[in-house]
Amino acid sequence: MSQINRIDGGLIDQEKVLNFTFNGQILKGYEGDTLASALLANNKHLIGRSFKYHRPRGIVTAGSEEPNAIMEIGNGAYKDPNTRATVTQLYNGLEANSQNHRGPLSFDFMAITDFLSPLLGAGFYYKTFMWPKSFWEKFYEPAIRKSAGLGTLSTEADPDTYDKGFRHCDILIIGSGATGLSAALTAAESGAKIILADEDFLMGGRLNSETNKIDGIAGSEWAKKTVAKLGAMENVTLMSDTTIFGAYDHGIYGAIENRASEARKDNDKPRQVNWRIYTKRAILCAGATERLIAFGNNDRPGIMLASAVRTYLNRFAVATGQRISVYTNNDDGWKTAKDLNAKGFRVAAVIDSRSISPVMRVPGAEICMGTDVVDTKGRRALKSIQLSNGKSIDTDTLAVSGGWNPNLHFTCHHRGVPKWNEEIASFVPDSSPPVGMSVAGRAKGTMVLADAIIEGHNQGSSVAADLGYKTSESKPASTPVVSYNISANWGIPSGKNRAWVDFQNDVTVKDIKLANQEGFKSVEHVKRYTTLGMATDQGKTANVLAIGIMAENMGQTMEDTGTTIFRPPYVPVAIGAFAGRRRGMEFYPTRYTPSHNWSTEQNAIFVEVGMWYRSQWFPLPGETHWRQSVDREVRQTRSSVGICDVTTLGKIDIKGEDVSEFLNKVYANAFAKVPVGKTRYGLMLREDGIVMDDGTTARMSENHFVMTTTTANAVNVYRHLQFCHQCLWPDLDVHMISVTEQYAQYAVAGPNSRKLLEKIVDPDCDISNEAFPYMAAGEITVCGGTAARLFRISFSGELAYEIAIPTRYGDSLMRVLMEAGEEFNVIPYGTEALGVMRIEKGHAAGPELNGQTSAYDLGMGGMISGKKDFIGYTLGLREELQRDDRLQMVGFKPVNPSDLLLACSHLLGLRDKATTENDQGWISSCIYSPILGHYLGIGFIKGGHNRKGENVRAVDLVRGNDVEVEICSPHFVDPEGERLRV
Amino acid sequence: MSKTHYSAFKVLKEALTGHKGWEPTWRDAEPKADGYDVIIVGGGGHGLATAYYLAKNHGITNVAVLERGWIGSGNVGRNTTIIRSNYLLPGNEPFYELSLQLWENLEQDLNYNAMISQRGIMNLIHSDAQRDAFIRRGNSMLFADAGCEYLEAKEVKERYPFLDMNNARFPIKAALAQPRGGTVRHDAVAWGYARGASDLGVDIIQNCEVTGFNIENGKCLGVQTTKGDIKANRVGVCVAGSSSRVMEKAGIKLPIESHVLQAFVTEGLKPVLDNVITFGAGHFYCSQSDKGGLVFGGDLDSYNSYAQRGNLPVVEDVCSGGMAIMPMIGRARLLRMWGGVMDMSMDGSPFIDSTEVKELFFNGGWCYGGFKATPASGYCYAHLLATDVPHEVATAYRLDRFRRGAMIDEKGVGPQPNLH
Amino acid sequence: MIINHPLLGPRDSEEFVYLGSTDLIDRPTNWEKSAAAEDFYQYQYIRENIAGDIQELWYHEQGDQSWLIVTRNTLTHEIKNVEFAQDFSRAKGRGK
Repeated sequence: MSQINRIDGGLIDQEKVLNFTFNGQILKGYEGDTLASALLANNKHLIGRSFKYHRPRGIVTAGSEEPNAIMEIGNGAYKDPNTRATVTQLYNGLEANSQNHRGPLSFDFMAITDFLSPLLGAGFYYKTFMWPKSFWEKFYEPAIRKSAGLGTLSTEADPDTYDKGFRHCDILIIGSGATGLSAALTAAESGAKIILADEDFLMGGRLNSETNKIDGIAGSEWAKKTVAKLGAMENVTLMSDTTIFGAYDHGIYGAIENRASEARKDNDKPRQVNWRIYTKRAILCAGATERLIAFGNNDRPGIMLASAVRTYLNRFAVATGQRISVYTNNDDGWKTAKDLNAKGFRVAAVIDSRSISPVMRVPGAEICMGTDVVDTKGRRALKSIQLSNGKSIDTDTLAVSGGWNPNLHFTCHHRGVPKWNEEIASFVPDSSPPVGMSVAGRAKGTMVLADAIIEGHNQGSSVAADLGYKTSESKPASTPVVSYNISANWGIPSGKNRAWVDFQNDVTVKDIKLANQEGFKSVEHVKRYTTLGMATDQGKTANVLAIGIMAENMGQTMEDTGTTIFRPPYVPVAIGAFAGRRRGMEFYPTRYTPSHNWSTEQNAIFVEVGMWYRSQWFPLPGETHWRQSVDREVRQTRSSVGICDVTTLGKIDIKGEDVSEFLNKVYANAFAKVPVGKTRYGLMLREDGIVMDDGTTARMSENHFVMTTTTANAVNVYRHLQFCHQCLWPDLDVHMISVTEQYAQYAVAGPNSRKLLEKIVDPDCDISNEAFPYMAAGEITVCGGTAARLFRISFSGELAYEIAIPTRYGDSLMRVLMEAGEEFNVIPYGTEALGVMRIEKGHAAGPELNGQTSAYDLGMGGMISGKKDFIGYTLGLREELQRDDRLQMVGFKPVNPSDLLLACSHLLGLRDKATTENDQGWISSCIYSPILGHYLGIGFIKGGHNRKGENVRAVDLVRGNDVEVEICSPHFVDPEGERLRV
Repeated sequence: MSKTHYSAFKVLKEALTGHKGWEPTWRDAEPKADGYDVIIVGGGGHGLATAYYLAKNHGITNVAVLERGWIGSGNVGRNTTIIRSNYLLPGNEPFYELSLQLWENLEQDLNYNAMISQRGIMNLIHSDAQRDAFIRRGNSMLFADAGCEYLEAKEVKERYPFLDMNNARFPIKAALAQPRGGTVRHDAVAWGYARGASDLGVDIIQNCEVTGFNIENGKCLGVQTTKGDIKANRVGVCVAGSSSRVMEKAGIKLPIESHVLQAFVTEGLKPVLDNVITFGAGHFYCSQSDKGGLVFGGDLDSYNSYAQRGNLPVVEDVCSGGMAIMPMIGRARLLRMWGGVMDMSMDGSPFIDSTEVKELFFNGGWCYGGFKATPASGYCYAHLLATDVPHEVATAYRLDRFRRGAMIDEKGVGPQPNLH
Repeated sequence: MIINHPLLGPRDSEEFVYLGSTDLIDRPTNWEKSAAAEDFYQYQYIRENIAGDIQELWYHEQGDQSWLIVTRNTLTHEIKNVEFAQDFSRAKGRGK
């Protein structure tokens, strides 16, 4: 039979039938249903299994606090594990499957654990599984892991997209119940910019679940009208199906908007949007969540929150059973009986733990005051309840109300501590919520609806007034005053029967008491020892109950027992939503150099250097191994001419009267007297004396310098220079701008480099060796008037230049240079050949400037000026940095020239064992030199500067290589630097 | 005193008799009027381990551990549970290797199952430069007998088919794994050490905040606490996260900044990830707990903070890093996020040392690596407190190392705590 | 977090890079003196790390590239004041 529990009415569209499946069975529901309400309409009470004991479980709540009804929704890569049926809007074709059972849901093989439960109490695993030692990883733990966990990830890439968005408002109102709507009305009427957000897809909060009348009409009707009114106002943004998940600093809130229905229709649409909402103020109107009472076997399918029974009845037109009973400790629980009566259902019994007179008449129901439920029967569905007065009552649904906990979570996100309020037997927000947040209504502990509405109304206007908006006098909506009385009830001793506190994690009253007995008395200890409140519902229905049980057990107050800390997120949030579009190739930005298109045409192989893609080598037809290409590029450059894109180097334009002085402070070597038209190598230290970066700086005119930095440090160096200027020497006349992106820069290297350049440099620019010697720099024009900068500097050790041109000409210049170089057989070379040549030449680069080496270590101690103060001078003199046995940079060559040498080998004495004590250093950079015909490396060895000629072993245990090497000078090619100057 | 031996037999016996026989895991004590040989300030993992090893290795049992709140409430109570000894520098590697060896025998030593699980840790490699850096490190590990394994991309793919190998911004080229690395049930470490120390006679005193030190003529004679003054022949501070605040009470300023590190856990999921995966290039690392949650983290929030909570930019960065290599986790939901306060030192390495105040010792500066160090930290600190001599694997962890220029800077980023 | 730039108004902290305590502005000038070693050590390594209001350096990297002095509470993250480092440095007597 279809939807046997469905009745007429409700806030659903009974004309629009939706088909869905649960564990393969085809079922029907209506537009406006949640998955949970549709399941209940179809009398599906058993919907899942608990985490540890695999107990049969049913739907308990009608909201995001649901501990039991968590399912896998969808299939394949779209499968969503651990999804709450209670907040999943039903759609046509929805496919739901229960999780965490072996075999069918009704005969879960793992339910054996329930019978072993005496063995499996809180913390049992800390006391066993230790013998034999090796069995933990091999046997015990895999078994535990397999049985743990809940839903299953698809293991396929998430096919959906997620967006991020930013919104700004004066006032964010969290929650669109009676309080939130009242606050929104007065705030919005003032003209303030309002965002009203609610996690439900239907705004109105509990008004949609209750039968209260507001301003003379049904509460749900009033909510609908009010939402429509707000929606028509320009200064109001309504965000339904949007869960605020966290309160962050300075009024920033995180929110997740669910757009699954759009994503299902169109795969390009985001499934969710992660909003960052910037607010001046926020009013928390998140209402309250009902809690359970601990009694024997209180976890059977059919035992639900009293408020949830009303939600299903009133909003979803579902009667959760035919013989419903109510168990309460407060007046509110009685409303369930009243609403059932109003819909024509007879209530089996109302059990109230308070010894007072009945709160109302419930015709036909057995009324038991001062009575508790002590046990229940019915394994897969509730059949009967046993009372403390000895009676047994047949019932298929038990509506339980243990009172209401204000949803004060966000008030604790900045570590506010809730305080206990005896009158409502709940924790309420303390006086220090996050800056800018105020609380109204039941979230604040104002349990009477009429009062909550007034509170919302007043706060909406006072917060707006606080922000300078003019508020008008208006009256709050009116509703009859219904009092709320409660007497805390944490459950009575349940004897042998287990009484559940945390349903999902299977934490019972006994577990809590055992934890206390074993010395775990702090609420945090109990949580950690028993896993209480750590399930997907984060203890929303369990925590306060647990604190009550602890307080009673240890004979202390609720306040002294305290609460655990509420942290974001308020409800679990998909990781994909936090990542947004930052995935795949869009994870980080990609930077191309100006020659990228040209290089792509040449079939260049690219390598990542930071964000940049640089050409690594340029294979020619027939070259099958990268070494063939690289060796050729090196040989060709050293014998004729090669071109390399070095645009990625950091470039900083510096102008001002005091630049010389400034550079003299930030470079370790002397910079006070660089002549105009000259470039100088600069070594930059950190303040701690360790090398930070190196590069060249050219003096283009009296007060104009151009600095280059390494690619990796471009950003850091610029930031550092700004610090030095703005913070250390604010009065120096220095002005800097990074021009890394503004200039394309190419190295033109090799004996024919001048000849090549002379073909494109305009005739009035003399670049002969006499006019433009080694280390010269100047402004030139090329190709008939295009301004460029030329530097005669060399990283390869050959006669070489670097030419810089505005980026927009970068592609053209590359093509022009290649064309002009045809007669010299010019080749482009990539970063590999660049690396080979710099290592042959003994230049330190990234692997050597690794943030652990000093100028002395690098053999550049001689450059250090002792005549000036500069960044890194004083601390660079510290004793340990000056020791002779520090790791110092030298060259290494294999004693047997045919031996393979590997970078990052460590260095050992010839007969030493590989131990940490014997470790003498490491090879930082290593290449095969096509010029010398063998491998060579540079690296660091203890006291290396004085050990040249000594033989040691370069040992790579990771890849299994062990060769004898000779310590030598790192300058393998042209150590005198003659080729540079020709 | 408890002295209850834990075993499967004991669990069975208690199950049959209603669990009436379980005694407190540790003995809650009040301060002794005549004081202690050693007071450990801070009942976190390191403090409790120190007390345990003082008693066990050195026979010093007249010891109190003073804890401001509840034991294990510091970083041992909130971390990403990873243990490993894959360090680069000789000042660090032997220390962390000792720690890993102590982890390997901890459960039998303590008779407490902290679920030490050597499921392996794997660092992904995305570039030649990174490969070199990891091989240098791998060799350091092998020189220290810590073990490691170099995996080519193909092997990585075989083991973890869900990793995005090709379409990623940083394609995976290789990995360096330490099979002996893994994870531990973090809270249990504090409880196990507390139980072990308590059984050997150590007083564990909770809700006892140290408010000052009694120092005369440059010598520490005891501490002032919310439970009154307590005398001690020697005081060892061990309060990472609060080091600067506590040591300031003794007039000592430290080369430490306090920063917040966020960490994250998802809802429980059936096993998908059996070891620890570290994606350094994307600032993301992840493992899966025995309970099924994916436990992950990334970088510091980067500003000084004592607030124990972070902000959204880092949350989004870390999750992006996860999606960049493991796009299957998009539909896993983040359940909890939390922020712990880190003692970020000026070179990223810790301190275990005496101080300028006689009989006052200091252990801290653990940055975000303190959890894995817990056993060795306690072991070496106890050694120093008992013998006045640093343990041989902890000789580099001196407070004066910056004065001398003997930094232990694994990352090479210099005196910039938020970059370590 | 939001940093209220003195000229550019409220900006998300993601636009900034953090350095640390303004102690780093007080670079010693006595490099030629014997006290320099100790003074530079103190300057570089022993920085303010209080739980409470701290003055610290933030760099507006994705903005105007100014270094700012932000007075912020390390317990609550509340920002009480933002000013230009260059002015702050001059006010402390730093010049050339």
